[in-house]
Amino acid sequence: MKVLVLISNVPDTTTKIRFTGDNTAFDESGVQWIINPWDELALTRAVELKEAGSVQSITVANVGTKATEATLRKALAVGADDAIRVDTEANDAFAVATQLAAIAKDYDLILAGIEASDYNGAAVGGMLAELLDFNSVSAVSGLQIEGDTLQVNRDIDGGSQLLSMSTPAVAIVQKGITKEPRIPAMRGIMMARKKPLNVVAPVGADDRTSFVNFELPPAKAACKMIDEENAKEIITLLHEEAKVI
Amino acid sequence: MSVIVYTENWDGKFKKLSFELVSYAAAIAKELDTTVTALSIGNVADDELAQLGTYGAAKVLSVSDDRFNSLDNKALSKAIAHAAQAEAAKAVVFSHNNLGKAIAPRVSVKLNAGLISGVTTLPVSVAPFAFKKKAFTGKAFAQVQVNTDVVVLTFSQNSYELVEGGSTPAIESFNPQVEDADFATTVQETNKVTGKVLLTDAEVVISGGRGMKSGDNWGGLEEMADLLGAGLACSRPVSDEGWRSHDEHVGQTGKIIAPNLYFALGISGAIQHLGGVSSSKVIVAVNKDAEAPIFEAADYGIVGDVFKVIPQFVEAIKEMKA
Repeated sequence: MKVLVLISNVPDTTTKIRFTGDNTAFDESGVQWIINPWDELALTRAVELKEAGSVQSITVANVGTKATEATLRKALAVGADDAIRVDTEANDAFAVATQLAAIAKDYDLILAGIEASDYNGAAVGGMLAELLDFNSVSAVSGLQIEGDTLQVNRDIDGGSQLLSMSTPAVAIVQKGITKEPRIPAMRGIMMARKKPLNVVAPVGADDRTSFVNFELPPAKAACKMIDEENAKEIITLLHEEAKVI
Repeated sequence: MSVIVYTENWDGKFKKLSFELVSYAAAIAKELDTTVTALSIGNVADDELAQLGTYGAAKVLSVSDDRFNSLDNKALSKAIAHAAQAEAAKAVVFSHNNLGKAIAPRVSVKLNAGLISGVTTLPVSVAPFAFKKKAFTGKAFAQVQVNTDVVVLTFSQNSYELVEGGSTPAIESFNPQVEDADFATTVQETNKVTGKVLLTDAEVVISGGRGMKSGDNWGGLEEMADLLGAGLACSRPVSDEGWRSHDEHVGQTGKIIAPNLYFALGISGAIQHLGGVSSSKVIVAVNKDAEAPIFEAADYGIVGDVFKVIPQFVEAIKEMKA
């Protein structure tokens, strides 16, 4: 089974979020970039399945400028065999899915994280499945491969399900798919330098959405502090002042 | 023209979030000077369907076809897009939950529509459509506009109110154009959570962190949850240690929740944790470290020992209920 893992290049999760240009763009100055945490879980599961012998090859793909290559190299160091970068800026989920559809049709299984931690679109995986006319399943918290069939654990609102599903398919994954993201070892980092990172030209694609501007959440009022021995007072305040219980 | 809202059911019943969703869709419809059609897929009795009218649905399309019970994403998307086309929908509204997030992107492609996921407000404008949504996992809001005529939305629950005052809706059965080949998912096993409040439904959430020291110390949290009808959650270290199951993990890489009240007990409030809970209306924090970042996000706080505070909370809740 040939697997493609979609990689989004996002600011480190501890980044202080700031905007520039009159709040129209994210301020990238001084930002550390990482593999989107959910994509990292997807990649880790793919590597585990390859080690178990049920996956033959893992390709990672990203739509972005040259600046995202460091993140793709990290993905190669974790254990992907090769990488594809579609050379254009990623500004809209549909445009990104259109770019990916042009390179993704020959894979049996495509893995995507449930959302990216920057624009929280939760969109590209499902759009790509639709563009390719693949099956799709989301909120995946467990994945096994048996021959050409996927065994998938999926969360539903109110519980979970075990499914079987034929390929080709897109699986959109979340926490639980693997225990912890894999950290690249020194050997992996050395090998990653020699692995192929293919840059492909973009196809024509329309942006269906545009970000107009951004704002930070309003500052919170100061926390009302209560002494440990008067803890019961908080319950009274929640009942009488905040009126939430 | 219409606004169409997909109302998921749970064993033939709707939930508060379904009614919030219909109320929200009705408010958008009002701005467009049109009406709401609710789409229900599954076996739902007419009197249950009629409740959607109370919250503003002028019409209900009901699909009773057992093949959809597998929640196959491809087949569901096809059916919903078909209904949207039949109703000449200008806006298609989903819940920003597991199923909505799975289906909405596919439907948006079928309808050549722009998708905005996780919207929290009524439209900022309707021509073009523009909405506010959360970005950077709760650390910011973005205003997003679509460059298409039709918009597909997933709506973050707990961002709007229930608005009653509608009337009896017209209930029609609907036969979407789907074939057996569209259903690729076979459900082997379903495990329903019973006897506890789901995190995604909970208006109050009791959450424990590393400060709880062990999974064996959850008795007080469970008692609070029982008394308040609350959901239980935990921080990432707790689920990584296996003290609690991963589906209770809230935070940037776990579940993102927005209850009315969130108790953070023994949680320091790392930025990744706050990303998952900062939209809660009221946050109560108990932590031994006065410098813990959770106090910057909290409304009420105690610097102290969780093991001394939780029994007092339990007692006070019992007194309040008495």
